[in-house]
Amino acid sequence: MKKVGLLTVLLTGALLMVGVFDFPAWGDPYSPANRYLSTHYVNQAEKETAVPNLVTAVLADYRSFDTMLETSVVFIAGLAIFAILRSIEGPLVQARKRTESREKRAEKRDAGGDGQDPDLIVQTTVRLLLPTIQLFAFYVVGHGHHSPGGGFQGGVILAAGLILVAMTFGLKNTLKQFSERRGLAFGSLGVLLFAGTGLLCALMGTQFLDYSVLEAVYPFTDEIMARSHSMLVVEIGVALTVMSMLYLIYANLASHGDMKKGL
Amino acid sequence: MTLAQQAPALILLFPFFGALLTLLIGLYRRSWCWPATVAACAASALAAWSTVVQVAESSNALVTYRMAGWVPPVGIEFRVDALNAGVVFMIAMVSLLVAIFSRTVVINETAGKEHFFYTLFQMLIVGVLGIGLTGDAFNLYVFLEISSLSSYALIAMGRGRAAFSCFNYIMMGTIGASFYLLGVGYLYIKTGSLNMVDISRIMHEQDLFQTSTIHIGFLFILIGVWIKMAFFPLHRWLPNAYTFAPTATSALAAPIMTKVSIYVMIRYMYTVFDPNFVFGMGPRSDVVVWLAVIAMVVGSFYALAKRKLKMMLAYLVIAEVGYMVGGAWLANKTGLTGAIFHIMADGLMTAALFLSAGAIYYKRKSYNVTALKGMFQKMPFTMGAFALAALSMIGIPPTCGFFSKWYLISAGIEAGHYGFVGGLLFSSLVNAILFFRLLEYAYYGEVETPYVAAGKRGKKKGFREKSGRDEAPLSMLVPMWSASLGLVLLGFYSGEVIAFISRYVAEVQF
Amino acid sequence: MDWLTMDLIVARFNYWVYIVLMMIGLYAMIAKNNYMKKLIGMAIFQTAIMLFYVSIGTKKGASIPILDHHGGEHGAGSAHIAGEAALKVGEAAAAFPEAAAAAGTTNPLPHVLMLTAIVVGVATLGVAMAVVQKINDQYGSIEEDEVLKRIKL
Repeated sequence: MKKVGLLTVLLTGALLMVGVFDFPAWGDPYSPANRYLSTHYVNQAEKETAVPNLVTAVLADYRSFDTMLETSVVFIAGLAIFAILRSIEGPLVQARKRTESREKRAEKRDAGGDGQDPDLIVQTTVRLLLPTIQLFAFYVVGHGHHSPGGGFQGGVILAAGLILVAMTFGLKNTLKQFSERRGLAFGSLGVLLFAGTGLLCALMGTQFLDYSVLEAVYPFTDEIMARSHSMLVVEIGVALTVMSMLYLIYANLASHGDMKKGL
Repeated sequence: MTLAQQAPALILLFPFFGALLTLLIGLYRRSWCWPATVAACAASALAAWSTVVQVAESSNALVTYRMAGWVPPVGIEFRVDALNAGVVFMIAMVSLLVAIFSRTVVINETAGKEHFFYTLFQMLIVGVLGIGLTGDAFNLYVFLEISSLSSYALIAMGRGRAAFSCFNYIMMGTIGASFYLLGVGYLYIKTGSLNMVDISRIMHEQDLFQTSTIHIGFLFILIGVWIKMAFFPLHRWLPNAYTFAPTATSALAAPIMTKVSIYVMIRYMYTVFDPNFVFGMGPRSDVVVWLAVIAMVVGSFYALAKRKLKMMLAYLVIAEVGYMVGGAWLANKTGLTGAIFHIMADGLMTAALFLSAGAIYYKRKSYNVTALKGMFQKMPFTMGAFALAALSMIGIPPTCGFFSKWYLISAGIEAGHYGFVGGLLFSSLVNAILFFRLLEYAYYGEVETPYVAAGKRGKKKGFREKSGRDEAPLSMLVPMWSASLGLVLLGFYSGEVIAFISRYVAEVQF
Repeated sequence: MDWLTMDLIVARFNYWVYIVLMMIGLYAMIAKNNYMKKLIGMAIFQTAIMLFYVSIGTKKGASIPILDHHGGEHGAGSAHIAGEAALKVGEAAAAFPEAAAAAGTTNPLPHVLMLTAIVVGVATLGVAMAVVQKINDQYGSIEEDEVLKRIKL
């Protein structure tokens, strides 16, 4: 297998290297990739969508369909991990279950909650940090039009906050606050918010995700600002899905899918 | 825009919203998942039919839909022409049939996880339909990943070796998708565009076909797609993954996932690139056709050697991939027509075979060939559908399998490639031996107490043998027979279907 | 020699690096025996492709693809840089006026595409890890040969 692998790798590498000789020089502003399609985004995007962050404009408007599917990729990954880890079988699983029930009995005796020592310093620090993290995440989501940021980045920061809580206070306690069912529902609702915005456009008589018609929905806007506002709505949907799904992925992978004891 | 104009998007949006809502409903009511899935798939099939009608009626056989309203190279476009309209309709129909079929097996095999199963099931359909519909090279990659990710999960939900074979599938699938992405990047660096038609236009205008970047890009896209369709030297992941997957998963994935990859290959060969470019490079096309011949022969032989019904069918899928790739690479119009028609025919017959095999497994709890013994007495309707699908697989006249093979063989003769003709006839012969052996078992064999997997450790699972007839439930029989009768129907209407396909083929300049 | 170093190595440095990285990842995916190592290889493999795409979109001397929103006229700052770049390659600028106007801002399209690819990569990695966990629970090992041995038993 090693020889086959090496041979494949060398062949592929050689093939790719041949291609490099033909590439335009790195950083050339007049290379085909930089002079054709992307010039439209750079020169027109702000006029057409009122969003100065071009990446957000392309992401959430010109290629918003890609982004909707990308959000559903995160959603699928979250569900997939549920679906895979909930069907564990085999002798080792039974062994693990036995040790777990033993642990549980021991736990009941000790009444120590999650079996983790609550560390005062860590807990206090997290209590202080968490609001800041979440506030920053909201800023990243909300200000994604004007500065680096957006739904994915903000969602990841929110999920990081939740994971931090789970690591400090124990997965069980976190799940009491933010349950598995709620996480799944939020994940689905986030994509629905995105796709629903698109569907609303289609229902109002244009193509799916063509935000310009939504000027009728928002007060005091024109077509261009309607695009900008819709991008915010869409980004919130993305953030919702990414947050809940990454949190659930962590919770599942850390606890072997039984949601009992995290890292 | 009228509802009919929205149809190309609706094909995809019904299962997409269906998936999201299925999860939400399923969190509270597991039993509503199945009706929601069937409703979404039925609506999607209706929209697909409406699109097919629109393509047939339009003067240039083309229906487009601009996502987010932007003009194509700037935004993403759905592009349905005579090539993919039929493929998309086949995918939508097969998914509807499998969705109806899945009712009892899903409760049986993935109890308590129906909402996950059906959400991922519909997401797989979304991915595959999207690959068929989109006109944007990068968007296709996203759909490729959606379909792959959901199929990974659906396969890993199976028992036994499912997780192990799924891991191999993940490795191969990731390499395949990444190679495709890399190929698109190579096209992008030279053309600056991501829209398939636009890339093609730029390559023609600037005469980029001589550059090594374009050649390498084409090669990587091709290898990526070949991995996804399990073409001969890259097929190792498929048999195990499809065999150990839950019944409904393999019945959905086997007919549509490999077929849609073949569609992508044809799309790239004939729409994005130019036949003169693809075939004008010395021995390349000949090598591919020979690989296809090997795929047919090897696939059929392995199928003959296996003792598990589902494993046999999985190897037959590999053999069938050889038919279509070979037909597409014969470099003549007959071969291309045959390959496109065979995508539809093969999708339907693979579905019929996997559905009836699933029904047999549901009753007998075994995929072993010996479990088939005496099945004509016990499950006459299931075996009837199985026999009809088998006849189509062999290529016997009233079914569509005959017509597609007829086209492929005449294309082989036209191209003077007798190796392909011989390989195809040989593979059909092996199929005939395989299926008649199975049918003989089922017709003359005595009913045996089936081999129970759990019996290995000494304790047999409770499995009561019923005497007399023991037919599968109606929710299985209806889709199974619809698929089998669809084969005959497609055979009767093959003239119309081929006339429709030839509207695309006629524009290809060889 | 000068041609070799300047045109081939310096001007295309990113592309060479991406190929080397990609091959490391691909080798690990094919040849490594341990499933986690395979996954690490997969992550490197996918990251290499991201490096490739982002390299396509760079422009020398250009700034980030976020326009100056409050600086009076939109994109006034970038227009200055664009002018500078246009002076250097006057011929190309005359042929592609749109590209000359955009020369001050990095191409945003590859960034968008790679954002998608990053998300896909994370999702695949997560699913693959779940599968590895399941394999470990079933067979008690994440070494491929061990697992194969146990399957044959």
